[in-house]
Amino acid sequence: MSDATAIAATDPATGNARAPGDAVARADAYPHEHQFDNLAQQTDAARLGMWLFLATEVLFFGGLFGAYTAYRYVYYHAFAEASRELSVLFGTLDTAVLLTSSLTMALAVFTAQSTADSPAARRRSGRTIALLLLATAALGAGFLVLHGFEYYEDYQEHHFPGRTFFFPGAESGQVELFFIIYFCLTGLHSLHVLIGVVLLAVMAALSWKGRYYGGYHNPIEISGLYWHFVDMVWVFLFPLLYLIAPR
Amino acid sequence: MIDLRENYLSKHTIRSWLLTIDHKRIGLLYLFTILIFFLIAAVAAGLMRLELLTPQGDLLLPETYNKMFTIHGVLMVWFFLIPSIPTVLGNFVLPLVLGARDVAFPKLNLLSWYLFILGGSFALYGVFAGGVDTGWTFYTPLSTTYANGHVMTMAAGVFIAGFSSILTGLNFIVTTHKMRAPGLTWMRLPLFVWALYATSLIMVLATPVLAITLLLMTVERFWGVGIFNPALGGDPLLFQHLFWFYSHPAVYIMILPGMGVVSELITCFSRKKVFGYSFIAFSSMAIAVLGFVVWGHHMFSTGQSAYAGMVFSFLSFLVSVPSAIKVFNWTATLYKGEITFSTPMLYALGFIGLFTLGGLTGLFLATLAADIHLTDTYFVVAHFHYVMVGGMVLAFMGGLHYWWPKITGRLYPEKAGQLAAMITFVGFNLTFFPQFLLGYLGMPRRYHAYPEEFQIFNVLSTAGASILAVGYLLPVVYLLWSLKNGQRAGENPWAATGLEWTTPSPPPEHNFDQTPVVTRPPYDYAYQSTFHPREVEQTLENV
Repeated sequence: MSDATAIAATDPATGNARAPGDAVARADAYPHEHQFDNLAQQTDAARLGMWLFLATEVLFFGGLFGAYTAYRYVYYHAFAEASRELSVLFGTLDTAVLLTSSLTMALAVFTAQSTADSPAARRRSGRTIALLLLATAALGAGFLVLHGFEYYEDYQEHHFPGRTFFFPGAESGQVELFFIIYFCLTGLHSLHVLIGVVLLAVMAALSWKGRYYGGYHNPIEISGLYWHFVDMVWVFLFPLLYLIAPR
Repeated sequence: MIDLRENYLSKHTIRSWLLTIDHKRIGLLYLFTILIFFLIAAVAAGLMRLELLTPQGDLLLPETYNKMFTIHGVLMVWFFLIPSIPTVLGNFVLPLVLGARDVAFPKLNLLSWYLFILGGSFALYGVFAGGVDTGWTFYTPLSTTYANGHVMTMAAGVFIAGFSSILTGLNFIVTTHKMRAPGLTWMRLPLFVWALYATSLIMVLATPVLAITLLLMTVERFWGVGIFNPALGGDPLLFQHLFWFYSHPAVYIMILPGMGVVSELITCFSRKKVFGYSFIAFSSMAIAVLGFVVWGHHMFSTGQSAYAGMVFSFLSFLVSVPSAIKVFNWTATLYKGEITFSTPMLYALGFIGLFTLGGLTGLFLATLAADIHLTDTYFVVAHFHYVMVGGMVLAFMGGLHYWWPKITGRLYPEKAGQLAAMITFVGFNLTFFPQFLLGYLGMPRRYHAYPEEFQIFNVLSTAGASILAVGYLLPVVYLLWSLKNGQRAGENPWAATGLEWTTPSPPPEHNFDQTPVVTRPPYDYAYQSTFHPREVEQTLENV
């Protein structure tokens, strides 16, 4: 566009002319999409967009947490009985794996942020970032495998809702309700983990050659926001599903 | 002022439309799509009105009648009203009024149109493969256990269209925050932007709850488990709580953008600064926020606790405060204005009257004792049609006429427009006012046959519907005619304020040759008039 240079000379927020060579102008060296005036605006927009998406996700899971809360209040005893059927060992392992993955994720973001803008530094930390992201994705995949074993065990113990479901005693229907919510919540959560694993694998491939550095690391950062969100959901799921009854 | 330079419509290939990331073209894609859904839903409504011409059920079978009101409701709510103003006018106008080159995420914008098409295809398949008879509310256990037909297909369609809505809302919020032109502060934004912003907040925060509700419904229907089925330990009221937690805010998705459009129209055609700018702006936000805490008023007669009922009733009354603030401010804007009764203004004035009636009858329904008598009667039907049709559809038509010169570069024939606006107003009132009386007299909604004493009002209503149909078809004819034969519009045919009128009509692909800089408060018509004193009259005389 012919007017791109003219536009980049003013700040969209304040209308003030920008001094050439300030931080924003330098960031402009990196290509940004046509609808934005400069990279700073694009970064801000992408970050706000991800936060809004996460707000949507909170409400998405929130509906299920609402259902959980309502039924746990009504069927307090049955929910405790059902919770005892879940394996705390698996749940703890799940938690440990996911929390560790958040560490590697945070380290990847930190590395990208603190990489200087020199070809050598960017190449060097490009690999580090990629490996950290791959470690995060691998831990996420590990979480999914663990959950797979857990689901298989639930299925064998006839805890999968529907025709094969069996639970002795009068509260069978209410225990089944717990398991429906358990499978919906953990299933949706695992779907989010799966999406995250794919996302991080792609980001790792993109980072390998030193694409991201101190002046441009937003894609890593907002992938991190997503991953930490998925992690946070599990932080609520673990106690609410596994730890509500003394054993 | 003939401008023959390249504009956003210059490319003609199908590929250039289907792969466009231009917000203006995406707006037009939406316009075309939602009109198809409107047409199908309107035909369903027409069949219902014909059936109700006589007390006996002689035209449609009871099951067919049930399918008709379900199709009408689902398509009108999710595939016409919710997307109408935001995705068509919002998409087209928002970046222009912000002085931006596009929305913040153009590809996401196109994706949301494709999601809409995908969801719409599911819904249409559901319609033509046999229909659904649950009503648009999908109440359980009817929808999960007893209903035949394509409940899952229809729910999948709504589920997918919901994500389209979420992405549009997300896009609009980020665009409003991050893409404003230099000098365009929050308190200088056009009120349409405030309305879209409030709407988008609801889309982003309420729609996911609908998604999860439909997902749970699908799980229950598919696996035969009892999440909401009392026979299996579930609670049907939980479904209603979750459903209305979305669907009441969604009602405000279906009116707030209309209020935003009307704020633009009233000021422009009164040639006066809007009265109480910040009150109108913040009343939009107040409606959005209050909308999240009133859902229980849909459940007064379901056995929800009486205390909850009282709280919900009180909160519902509170919504009338920001709504009334808007109506009073619009009226005060008219006072001593230089009013021209051009087509958009006629629609806007119609909106104020009909929305006021629709809003006030809402207070009857928010009153616990009155609601017990009126719930599930035609009173409810008339109430929400006064808001949804008398409000939103009129605002949509008004906005479409107002921005038509900007969208197409052509003026529509003014006399025909005025005639259509008045036919719509008359037809609408004749259709729905008798339904208030029917409801008050006790005729329940959703029946295909009724006792003979109700016939006179039903005949009036059906007669009104046929007039209304003329009012809808007329604009289709002359707007299409104007594409080729309309007078060229020029940059600013209404001598309106707002950045969208500072760029050629139709706008170039990148909207502005130079990023505009805003130095004046919004709706500064006193200042504007010193530059375009007679342009409005001239435009009107020319047609």
